[in-house]
Amino acid sequence: MEGIKTSSVGSNKPLHISGAEAIVRCLLAEDVDIIYGYPGGAIMPVYDELYKFQDQLHHVLTRHEQGAAHAAQGFARVSGKVGVAIATSGPGATNLITCVADAMIDSTPIVCITGQVGAHLLGSDAFQETDVIGISTPITKWNYQITNADEIPEVFAKAFYIARSGRPGPVLIDITKNAQFDFMDFEYQKCTGVRSYEPEIIVEPKKVKKAVELINQAKKPMIIWGQGVILGNAEAELKELIEKSGIPAIWTILGLSALPTDHPLNMGMAGMHGNYAANLLTNQCDLLIAVGMRFDDRVTGDLNTYAKQAKIIHLELDESEVNKNVLVDLVVLGDCKDSLRLITEGIKPNSHPLWIQNFKDLYQIEYDKVIKNEIDPKSGLLTMAETIEKINKYTKGDAIIVTDVGQHQMVACRYAKFTQSKSNVTSGGLGTMGFALPAAMGAKMGAPDRQVVAIIGDGGFQMTIQELGTIFQTDIGVKIVILNNNFLGMVRQWQQLFFDKRYASTELINPDFVTIAKGYHIKSKQVNKREELDKSISEMLNHEGPYLLEVIVQQEENVFPMVPSGACVSSVRLE
Amino acid sequence: MMAKKTYTVSVYTENNVGLLNRISAIFLKRHINIDSFSTSESEIPNIFRFVIVIKIESDRIEKIKSQIEKQVDVIKVFYHTDSETIFQESALFKLPSDVLFEKRQVQNIIKNSHARIVTVSREYFVLEKTGFRHETEKLRRDLEKFGLLQFVRSGRISVTKSKLPIRDLLEKFKQNHTDQINTDHE
Ligand SMILES: Cc1ncc(C[n+]2csc(CCOP(=O)(O)OP(=O)(O)O)c2C)c(N)n1
Ligand SMILES: [Mg+2]
Repeated sequence: MEGIKTSSVGSNKPLHISGAEAIVRCLLAEDVDIIYGYPGGAIMPVYDELYKFQDQLHHVLTRHEQGAAHAAQGFARVSGKVGVAIATSGPGATNLITCVADAMIDSTPIVCITGQVGAHLLGSDAFQETDVIGISTPITKWNYQITNADEIPEVFAKAFYIARSGRPGPVLIDITKNAQFDFMDFEYQKCTGVRSYEPEIIVEPKKVKKAVELINQAKKPMIIWGQGVILGNAEAELKELIEKSGIPAIWTILGLSALPTDHPLNMGMAGMHGNYAANLLTNQCDLLIAVGMRFDDRVTGDLNTYAKQAKIIHLELDESEVNKNVLVDLVVLGDCKDSLRLITEGIKPNSHPLWIQNFKDLYQIEYDKVIKNEIDPKSGLLTMAETIEKINKYTKGDAIIVTDVGQHQMVACRYAKFTQSKSNVTSGGLGTMGFALPAAMGAKMGAPDRQVVAIIGDGGFQMTIQELGTIFQTDIGVKIVILNNNFLGMVRQWQQLFFDKRYASTELINPDFVTIAKGYHIKSKQVNKREELDKSISEMLNHEGPYLLEVIVQQEENVFPMVPSGACVSSVRLE
Repeated sequence: MMAKKTYTVSVYTENNVGLLNRISAIFLKRHINIDSFSTSESEIPNIFRFVIVIKIESDRIEKIKSQIEKQVDVIKVFYHTDSETIFQESALFKLPSDVLFEKRQVQNIIKNSHARIVTVSREYFVLEKTGFRHETEKLRRDLEKFGLLQFVRSGRISVTKSKLPIRDLLEKFKQNHTDQINTDHE
C-alpha cells in the first residue's frame, strides 16, 4: 500500500484506500484541521485513520458528544468555517441531537459524522443501532446514510457544500461500518452545485427601487438586523446603509456584534429582554427594515400588535421565512450583502435627529430605572451587569463572548461591548443550557488569537461541566465566568412574576466550583466582594491559559426590561 | 379562522431515500392531515413526483410550499385547487363470483359505472374503477350489499392544466453549471 501521509489529496490518479481513510481525506480536502468527537465501536475504523493522520487533522476528544457538537458550533460561529463533530452509533449519535437542533434553528454550518452498524445488520436492532437518520431528519438541513464506500467522496462534498451555502445549517452523515472498512478508489472533487437546491438568489432591481422609495419617504425609519448580516458577511454593507440613511438600528440576539456597540446609530437589542427604546419604538416607527432576521416570537411578542403602524421591508435569503410570522409590505429576496449595497447606492443621504432623540430620551429612562442600579450598585451582593461592565473595561470590546442560557445570557447580551463581528456566540433559537462551555472551547480554537470569555450560569454550567476535562487535556485558554445566583434564575424570575413566587425546583445547592476546577487543574477563584471584582477580572484575563472565575451574585435579581411572553412589544416593563 | 380549501400539492424531487420522511414531517409538525399521498416517477427519468392532497387555509398553503421547497432534494413545489387540475383516483373492488352470475343488478351496476372487470376466478372477481371520489364512493355503496370482500382506493393522482416548467429548471441548472465549470478553467 502507498505511504499514507505522502499521497496528496486531490492527486490525479485515484487512490485505492479504505472508506475510513477516504473520510479523513475528504475532511482534509475541505480544509478541515480540527474536529471534535468521541470514539466507539461503530466509528473505530475512522478513529484508526485519525490516529494515522494526526499531524494534519487535530481531533479533540471531548467528554460527551454534546460537547463535541457544541464545540463544532462555537468554532463555526467565530470562524465562518464549517465545524465538524464525530461520534459513534446509537448513544453517541443521539447525544449529538440537541446540538443538531440548535445548529438548525440558529443556522450554524456543521457536519456531524456518525458511525453506524454494518449494512447487513441495519434494521435488526443490532447493538447500538439507532435510526439516527430518522431522528435527525426534521432538524437537519440535509442528512444521508452511506452504506457503500464508493459514495463517500460525493456525499462529503455535497455535505460541506450544503452546510455552508445559502442559509447555513447542520448536515448529518451516517456511515455504516462496512463502508468504513471497504476499499474504494478515492478521488475528491468539491461540490459547486446541487440541481434541486438553489442557494443563490439574484436580487431583483425593481424590489431595490421600491425599497429605496420607501426609505427616502420615511420619517421615522428603523432597521432591525439579525444573524443573516453576519452569515452573509454583510457587516460593512449594513454599516454603510445605516450611516448614509441615518437610520437607527436595533438587533436580535444573534445579530449582536455585527455593528460595534458604540456606533451612534446602534440602538440596542430587540425583544423580550431588549432595550426599552428598541421595543417601544418598534411600535412607533413608520418604516421597519428587517435584515436577515426571522421575526422570532421572542423578538416580536404578540404578532397582532407588532409594528402594525409601520410599512415593513424584509431583506431575506430564505424564502420560507418571508411572510411566515409577519406579513410584510416588501420582500427583497437575496443575499443581504447584495441587497444592502444596492439599496445604499440608491438612497439619498439623510439624518433623523428628532426621531433619534426619542431613542435617547427612552434610553435615559431605562438608564435611570434599570441600568444605573445594575452597573453601579452601592450596596448588596455583586450584580451580573457590573461583572460584564468590568469585563468590558479590560477587553475593550475586543473579546469573543460566549453565553449560556438564562438571566446571565440576557444581561451579557445587554451589556457586553463589541468592536468586531462574529464575537457573540449564544444559543438563541433553541436556548440550550449547557451550550456555552463547549461552544467557548470551539470558539477559542476557531479564533486562537482572541480572548474568549464564557459567561455561564450555575445551572447551565453543570449541564456540560465535564468539558473542563477537555479544556485541561487540550489546554484551551478560555476564560470561564460563572455568574452564580444559586438559582435557575430565569425560571425563578418567571415564577416570581407569574407564579406567585412559588419557586418550584429552581433553587440550586451547588458544589464548590473552585474546587472542581482545581480538580481539573484549571486555575480558579471565587469573588464575592465588590472591591475585589476589578482585580479578579483583570487577573483572569491576564492569565495565560484557562481560568475559572466564580462570581457570587445577587440571588433574586430580575432581568428588565421585559416584554412578558406573548405580550405586545410596547407593553415592555421596566420593573 | 379562514376557511379550509383542498389543495393538490405536486412535489418534484430527486429520487432520494428518506425524502418521504422529510416531507411528511413538515405536515406532521404543523398538524396538517394528509388526505392522500402518492408518488411515482415523473415525466423526467429519475425525477419523482409526489402528489399530496391536503385541506388547509389559503394563507398557509404558500408557507407549506416554501417549507417543502426548502428541502435540499426537492426541485420544485406547485399547488393547485381542484379546478386547476385534472385528477383521478383508482379503486379496486373484490366480490364473490356468484353475485356476478346470479344478480342481474350487479351486471347493471358494473355497466352503468363504467367499471372494468380485472379478473374473474371461481370464487371471486375484481373490479377496477377510476374516477372522482364521489364516483368510486357511489360504486362502493352500490356494491356493499353484495358482500364486498375487499375495497381499496388509491391516493389522488393529478396533472395540472397549466404547464409545469421542471425541464426548463433542470436545463437552466445544467447550463449554469457548465458555465461555472468553464469559467473555472479560464
Ligand atoms: C437544556 C435546557 N433545559 C431547561 C431550560 C429552561 N431554562 C431556561 S433558563 C433556565 C435557568 C438557567 O439557570 P442558570 O444556568 O443558573 O442561569 P441564570 O438564569 O440563573 O443566570 C432554565 C432551566 C433550558 N433553556 N435548556
Ligand atoms: Mg443561576
